[in-house]
Amino acid sequence: MSEIEKIDGFTEEEQLDFEAELQEGFTEIEERYAVDTQQGFENVLVMDNIPVIDESKKQKLIDRLRQLFAKAGAPIEEENISMPWDDKAATNKGFIFLTYPDAQQAENALRALDGASFGKSTLYVNRFGDIERYANLPVGEGELPTGWREKPYVEKDHLRSWLGDSAGRDQYLTFRDQDVSIWWNGRNGTAEPVKVDGKPLKNNKWGELYLQWSPLGTYLSSLHRVGVALWSGPKLDGTIGVNVLRFTHPGVRLIQFSPCENYLVTWSEEPLDNFENSPNAALRETFGPEDEGNQFVIWDIKAQRVLRTFPADKPIQGEDGPQQVAWPSFKWSPDDAYIAKCNVGTGIAVYELPGMGLMDKKSIKIEGVQNFEWCPMSEKDFAARKAGKGKECSFVYWTPEAQNQPARVSIMSIPSRNILRAKNLFNVTDCKFYWQNQGDFLCVKVDRHARKAKSKKATFCNLELFRVREKDYPVEVIEFKDYVPQFAWEPQGSRFAIVSSNDPNYGQGIPGVVVKYNIDFYQLDQKKGDFIPIKHLDSKIANTLVWSPRGRHIVLATIGSSQKFDVEFWDLDFVVDERRETSEPGANVTMLASGEHYGITDIAWDPSGRYLTTHASSWRSSPEPGFCIWDFKGQQLVHQPMDRFKQFLWRPRPPTLLSKDQIKKVRKELKEFSRTFDEEDAAEENRGSAEKLAQRQRDISEWNAWRARNNKKLEERRSELGKAKKVVKEDHKDDERVEEIVEEMIDETEEVVVG
Amino acid sequence: MKPIILQGHERSLTQIVFNFEGDLLFSASKDSVVNAWFTSNGERLGTFGGIKGDGGHNGTVWTVAVDSQTRFLITGAADNTMKLWEISTGKCLFTWDFLTAVKRVAWNEEDDTILSITEQRSGQPSIIRIYKINRDEPTQQTTTPITTMTLSGSKATVALWTPLSEYILTGHESGKVAKYDVKSGEEVNYIDDAHSGEITDIQGSPDGTYFITSSKDKTARIFDSETLEEMKVFPTETPLNSACIAPLRPYIILGGGQDAMSVTTTSQRAGKFESRFWHKLFEEEVGRVKGHFGPINTLAVHPQGKAYASGAEDGFVRVHWFDESYFRSRPFGDLEPEVEV
Repeated sequence: MSEIEKIDGFTEEEQLDFEAELQEGFTEIEERYAVDTQQGFENVLVMDNIPVIDESKKQKLIDRLRQLFAKAGAPIEEENISMPWDDKAATNKGFIFLTYPDAQQAENALRALDGASFGKSTLYVNRFGDIERYANLPVGEGELPTGWREKPYVEKDHLRSWLGDSAGRDQYLTFRDQDVSIWWNGRNGTAEPVKVDGKPLKNNKWGELYLQWSPLGTYLSSLHRVGVALWSGPKLDGTIGVNVLRFTHPGVRLIQFSPCENYLVTWSEEPLDNFENSPNAALRETFGPEDEGNQFVIWDIKAQRVLRTFPADKPIQGEDGPQQVAWPSFKWSPDDAYIAKCNVGTGIAVYELPGMGLMDKKSIKIEGVQNFEWCPMSEKDFAARKAGKGKECSFVYWTPEAQNQPARVSIMSIPSRNILRAKNLFNVTDCKFYWQNQGDFLCVKVDRHARKAKSKKATFCNLELFRVREKDYPVEVIEFKDYVPQFAWEPQGSRFAIVSSNDPNYGQGIPGVVVKYNIDFYQLDQKKGDFIPIKHLDSKIANTLVWSPRGRHIVLATIGSSQKFDVEFWDLDFVVDERRETSEPGANVTMLASGEHYGITDIAWDPSGRYLTTHASSWRSSPEPGFCIWDFKGQQLVHQPMDRFKQFLWRPRPPTLLSKDQIKKVRKELKEFSRTFDEEDAAEENRGSAEKLAQRQRDISEWNAWRARNNKKLEERRSELGKAKKVVKEDHKDDERVEEIVEEMIDETEEVVVG
Repeated sequence: MKPIILQGHERSLTQIVFNFEGDLLFSASKDSVVNAWFTSNGERLGTFGGIKGDGGHNGTVWTVAVDSQTRFLITGAADNTMKLWEISTGKCLFTWDFLTAVKRVAWNEEDDTILSITEQRSGQPSIIRIYKINRDEPTQQTTTPITTMTLSGSKATVALWTPLSEYILTGHESGKVAKYDVKSGEEVNYIDDAHSGEITDIQGSPDGTYFITSSKDKTARIFDSETLEEMKVFPTETPLNSACIAPLRPYIILGGGQDAMSVTTTSQRAGKFESRFWHKLFEEEVGRVKGHFGPINTLAVHPQGKAYASGAEDGFVRVHWFDESYFRSRPFGDLEPEVEV
């Protein structure tokens, strides 16, 4: 203000007044003469993205533009085009003003010219008023538009850091009482807690309901009464919305990830309320009024938002007992492209992702459809898909017998809806589908009843084996006269194992009776191209088959019995003598070992197929909760009974990144590789025992210090009270008497033994 | 380690104790009789009470305690009485009458005072009473306690004297551990959630500076007698009924098993009726001794650490004299500290 020039003839005071007046006056004037851009400029348009040219081409450009405008039906006089000029660069500024005679013509021109192409560039046209309005939005003055939320960028912790373990160990999770711990599974069953900043990873929020890993191991999901939380990164914790994702769904009970971890399905026992007036902001924002009453929610994991909600299935009528939820209700295609749901009796609804719209806007009508299952995809299929080739997705479904119509199993491709293969079946009670995990083979286990039987109770069984990779999907049928409660394909292989039983006690549930089963192994005969039995095991008590994820090894276990808890380890390619070629295909099927885990309720291989865990969960009221770790040879490495033990979960691994050639190379140079690892193992072993020793040393010294302190205190107090030291007093007696007695006792004891 | 099996009770055992020298063992049982046994060969020395016994208990004997001179025996029973016995003759010298059952008795270090815990029932609160014992004229006892502690909260189930007889330590049904001043009768210290289930036994270390508790919550814990600080935890997979600390060697012994009610429906194996040996310092289980076919109700260890005995729901007491190898073993491996255990 002092800068203002001094005006002659005014006192200082007057001058200050004048200045103040000036100040006020400007704002007033500014207000009075402010240009209201919203009114009176309806006939003005701004055109962006015109070519930047210099003086010489100006006229040419204007002419060309006028031609274009006229062509588009919005002619304009030359004097009504105003081209702002950048004097410094001696070019135009890349936009022009178009002034039309009235607002109506301007509107027409806007519609005609916006998005028109001019040479290589596209022209953009806006109303003059709009430009002013949007440019002057009150940003940065605390008045952010509604719906805007400040979210600082937080870097995501590495999602797959656990794969970088130098020893290549797998992780597992144990859940006991309320405590969840995560461990590295070391060699020979040595466990080391997964540590973060030197402290074992712990989170007291995890123990609320139960836990589940995502299919590729990226996320640990924990269920809570209010919803699901996904934890990721090396700490399995971090910023909410970055490494911890929350999905609000009150009363959630079941969850299911999509195979590629893009989506999540949650199911709650409680239908969603109308949360419009809920005090909980998360609920209010997540669900709309249209979601009311629905029980299924499909989520996009990365965007953390609801894709669509669905109501629960209508309860199946007639069946008494508690209503059971068939889970999974929704089934994902292996590539995350579709999610489908079987509406029993009417059809299959296939939804496309990520839009979650019905494919072709209608569900596939299939009269009487009972169940379906997607065909898995192998690595090769995924690679082919990426390259733009490859097959469509497909699923298999079946329909039961109806009037004058046999039951039928069909394979349909999606999205084309072509029936790839169908097969008619008779006297069918139920069908179960078993895809081999690469999608090479399909087994349809058909439970059948006698032709003229009154009740439709299944008494025998057919296996319909589809060879999906071959032309026209050839089918082979294997008939059984018995029940076949279990069927399992060898992962990545062409073998399968079945459990069958002709024991009259089967299915009766008589307590104290051990049901006998037969176990058979079949193999694809490469020459003939059909499946042949290779080994038959009679009178087994095992009722559960668990293949190693790498194939070749299989574990037969007895689960759910109150007397037997056997675990048998089998190798299908056990070769004693490498040189001798065995002609018989089943000759190499050998039992490696058998063991027992008292109270076993669950069984699981680790992702590498090197270790097996059997665990006994208190949820299934096992008499002795806890877990065991075995190696694939059947040697028990760990036996850990733990009161209130609930869950044991291996962390899954994504598929290997090594190419086929690299794997081959490793196989070839195995000896080289294993040498370095053997050295590391030896070092590890030493370190482990040293750590334990140190821990024990600490225990001992702590104990000693505590005892010394206490003894001193006791002595002091004793002398204070003037009480005699009892120990000494008694020691006298002891010395005389007890020794005598001891001698006698030994003599007498010996007599007893001899006697 | 061949056990000596003491067969003399018709019903399950409730408490067993060694005398100070370890040559005698006293066993209390639900058949209302207390037996005295020679521990060296399992011969029965005599009984206290019984069918024809004069002045014997008329109901489950819940608790038994012997003084350090093996002169007098105190017993408490479900017939709402507590009795003083002369060990040498087996005569009942005095009887105290109460309104409810006596669940626990204990002698102090000087053998001149006892404590008794009465059951909380039919409107009667659980009361801890401290009595002076007249050793010179044992048939003349006072029925007036020197201190009475009426418990308002969870009832006390077990109790123990501290080394200098200034305090008593109690274990409660709620899992609480507390410390009472004997003179004033006031609670001087407590831990409410020492255990999450009923405390079933409390036994002191040889010098009394720490003690072990066993609980239905399937754990046993070692506490500091002075501060009640928890020093060690031993988690097992079965409800525990008893725990004791072995002198000389760094072990503790735990016993328990499935509840007596559900025993008939489970196999012997599922019942977990073994005595368990744990390493006291490292909190690791080191061994188990099988034998009983009912849950172990009570454990006692020879005061010189040469043997231990277990009494079970099956009505048997098994006395185990430790083998040479037990004393030769090196529980600390190469560390070999000068631990006073």
